[in-house]
Amino acid sequence: MSALVEVRDLVKHFPIRRGVIIQRKTGAVQAVDGVSFDVRRGETLGIVGETGCGKSTTARLIMRLLDATSGEIRFEGEDIARLKGARLKALRREMQMIFQDPYSSLNPRKTIGSIIGEPFAIHGLNEGRGERRKAVQELMETVGLNPEHYNRYPHEFSGGQRQRIGVARALALKPKLLIADEPVSALDVSIQAQVLNLLRDLQSEFGLTVVFIAHDLSVVRHMCDRVAVMYLGKIVEIGGGDELYDFPRHPYTGALLSAVPVVDPSRHGEQRRLLSGDVPSPANPPSACRFHTRCPKARPLCSDQEPPLEDKGSGTRAACHYPLTREETAQIGVRSAP
Amino acid sequence: MTRYIVRRLLWGVVLLVIVLALLFVMFRVLPTADPAKLRAGRLQSPKIIAEIRHDLGLDKSLPAQFWVYLKGIFLHFDLGYSYYSDAPVKELIFDRLPATISLVLGAAVVWLVSGLGVGIISARRAGSKLDRATMGTSLVLVSAPEYWLGLLVLFFFASDIGKVHVFPGAGSYVGLTAEPGKWFTSLIMPWLVVAAGTAAVYARMIRGTLIETMGEDYIRTARAKGLSERSVVLRHGLRAAINPIVTVLGVDIAILLGSSVLVETVFDIPGIGRLNYIAITHADFPIIQGTVLFASMFVIVANIVVDIAYAFLDPRVRYS
Amino acid sequence: MTDAEPLLRVEELRVEFRTEDGVVHAVDGVTYEVHAGRTLGIVGESGSGKTVSSLTTLGLTRAQGAHVSGRIVFEGKDLVTLSDGEMRAIRGNDIAMIFQDPLSSLHPFFKVGAQLIEAVRVHQDVSKAQARARAIELLGLVGIPDPSRRVDEYPHEFSGGMRQRAMIAMALANEPKLLIADEPTTALDVTVQAQILALLERLQRELGMAIVIITHDLGVVAEMADDIAVMYAGRIIESASAELLFAGPEHPYTWGLLNSIPSLSGTRKEQLVPIPGTPPSLINPPSGCHFHPRCPYSQPDHERIDPELQSIPGEPTHHVACLLESEVRRRLWGELHKGRTPEQAISEVGLPAVTP
Repeated sequence: MSALVEVRDLVKHFPIRRGVIIQRKTGAVQAVDGVSFDVRRGETLGIVGETGCGKSTTARLIMRLLDATSGEIRFEGEDIARLKGARLKALRREMQMIFQDPYSSLNPRKTIGSIIGEPFAIHGLNEGRGERRKAVQELMETVGLNPEHYNRYPHEFSGGQRQRIGVARALALKPKLLIADEPVSALDVSIQAQVLNLLRDLQSEFGLTVVFIAHDLSVVRHMCDRVAVMYLGKIVEIGGGDELYDFPRHPYTGALLSAVPVVDPSRHGEQRRLLSGDVPSPANPPSACRFHTRCPKARPLCSDQEPPLEDKGSGTRAACHYPLTREETAQIGVRSAP
Repeated sequence: MTRYIVRRLLWGVVLLVIVLALLFVMFRVLPTADPAKLRAGRLQSPKIIAEIRHDLGLDKSLPAQFWVYLKGIFLHFDLGYSYYSDAPVKELIFDRLPATISLVLGAAVVWLVSGLGVGIISARRAGSKLDRATMGTSLVLVSAPEYWLGLLVLFFFASDIGKVHVFPGAGSYVGLTAEPGKWFTSLIMPWLVVAAGTAAVYARMIRGTLIETMGEDYIRTARAKGLSERSVVLRHGLRAAINPIVTVLGVDIAILLGSSVLVETVFDIPGIGRLNYIAITHADFPIIQGTVLFASMFVIVANIVVDIAYAFLDPRVRYS
Repeated sequence: MTDAEPLLRVEELRVEFRTEDGVVHAVDGVTYEVHAGRTLGIVGESGSGKTVSSLTTLGLTRAQGAHVSGRIVFEGKDLVTLSDGEMRAIRGNDIAMIFQDPLSSLHPFFKVGAQLIEAVRVHQDVSKAQARARAIELLGLVGIPDPSRRVDEYPHEFSGGMRQRAMIAMALANEPKLLIADEPTTALDVTVQAQILALLERLQRELGMAIVIITHDLGVVAEMADDIAVMYAGRIIESASAELLFAGPEHPYTWGLLNSIPSLSGTRKEQLVPIPGTPPSLINPPSGCHFHPRCPYSQPDHERIDPELQSIPGEPTHHVACLLESEVRRRLWGELHKGRTPEQAISEVGLPAVTP
């Protein structure tokens, strides 16, 4: 299976400037700090992590909504990190994004017909008047919206419907890659399932490759083939969904999976070890292994040498000197194992 | 924070120099009365004019003249000499500064108290008849020209020419140190006239910001703690709503200090504005330059002060 | 629900707001109890009325012109009828509340310590120094490190989890008997959420407080709550102890919620079964059973009849507001639990199917 997207050593630092007359760079927020992974054709790759881990920044770097500080991004083999002008515009037809907040990601002054049809206008497609409307209405039906609502405004729709509008717009150009940045976090539970099912159906219908970013670990398990866990700008574990959830090797992954509240009553008595403290600032991350300040297994090597992301023999790659054992996952109360 | 202040002050000086340069060029380039000729008065002969020109340094190049002028300002605070009034500009301006400051600061107090008071009450009763009445009145006051309002007020209430003899009429201003009582009464009408429009603007502003603030989550928390509604509005609500007002206040005062011409003329108050007006009618450029310099300085300083004050008012804003 | 005298009893509460578009029936006849030392979880989505009913308990909807009928009995007094002054004596004192977003719920321009001190001095006649000492004590109680330094910081200088702890500390200032927590962890990261929930449990044990936790997250109520009430469109449609509810839920909406959430230990193969349609308008709620337009099992007369909250046979503390018979519901849930879709369950049980 070939890779649609290859990311190598991607770095994004946001400079912090200080100075009296001339502002000098005195430091940087290391939002993404050396991230490498592939997105395989046709798969759904999930990226999870908590606030400040860099998952949204990574998505925007791939989409070229931000320019990388360094590193390579290859799309279908071609380096896109430094594309400009007409070639960048052509690239945009291949990858699209849907956003988290359905209430602020649609222009309130445009009808949804013109919102969904705008990609056509930008790239000069479906130029005939009747043609464009027809194409837009087809898209609306595909995502489960009533095509007769073509001339309505976003505020006339519910959150779930607005998210569908966003999906329709993203699919207008039939992209190869769809990046969904927290697409259901702002929706009610009963609507979330509708939108998730829709995304799954569309993925198989359109042959999409999807990068799915979320903080809800249950949703990610349900939607994704492979999952990458990020912490403070680095990937700490990456692997197949089932393998990662059944037997997490990185202590941070274990901490995430033991913290999720679950409905299953049989697991409530289980002992849990909770992570203490807060996430350190990405402007001043800990040395070597970023997680060592909060890791219950930390030893001197961890603050000295950064662990490489490598295969730990159980189906996932983890960046850890002392990965979790089976007993330890039970001890900390990982809830996702069978 | 200190770095920020130092940086702002330095840029402030740069801005001031740019303003002065612009003025300087304007007054030399525009068709004007020749200062040397004015100085010469009745002794107009080309030789004497040339001598005077040399004395005044007007035969040097423009940049050299500007350099002399700048040196004068920054080293000696010498703003030049008014040929027409035969006095240093510095003296003329400082003589009249107290009057303008009395007028503007007094008016500021009036518009703050009345504007904020009315605005807060309107905000609490948004949508009521009272609210609509006050906002309507404020619209009228904002639209009324100051000089018209001034003349109207004199017409009705001045003790010498008015229908009802309440307040001292135009020209009755005396210094604060001279006669405090008369100083106060002579300024009441001017204060009201200057404050009228501004109070209306402030009332609308605080009404808007307070209504918005009262919808915030932390107001709900304050109520949930068991605070009285009065505490909630005045301590929690107003504290947040007042921020934008403070920034506007600083700039408003600064601008007024430089441009209270109309009111000073109508009420014959010997302030900078009036001085400026007279200077313009006589093409007395050194005075005009001096007053513009002062006005610019007020505005630049006010902006810096207001920005710094904002950092104290809003702890989330900390400049580096 | 237990038999002991409840700390708080809400009876037939109705809360309406007059708006330009019509009357919003935010809470439409709600009855529940809260017992000392126990946690009640109120579950619902946006528009279910869960937040409004709790805000009304503290009289916080009065400022928005709400029309309230029914009774809220706390320590023998009906809070609906109390004057503003009497309500203020209870707010932050006997009953306290924490909210969803601690960044916007704390005043950004006052120091955290000052806000805590205010909470203390509203109800206790103590000096500033004493109140300050109490504030530091409270910050320590909720697990904030270095409290004597933190007390002079501003909310934006705290992290998200610490801010929520500070809000909890403020709510505990006067040792309330009841703490209402409205979506306390929704805005927090999952590891921080776990810390905050553990903190609330510990505080409940140490202080013997009753807690009402309002959330849309079934996982959170499953972990935290002793008793659960599920709300939909302004009404309680099911209430029971947590054990009974998860062992045998008996309302189609509850089933819908449970089946539309992916499970952490499930696999990709399972299909999510969403609840069709969208939440109803509260200005013009559906007639009869409010849930009937979205219910796969509804029958023709469910459009006319209003279901009442009734206990089910065999479980007197388990109440459901549904017009289907309990036996039918149990069989339907049995099928759904095995993984069948609603259509399959309907045909298995032999219920007449309904065309939506």
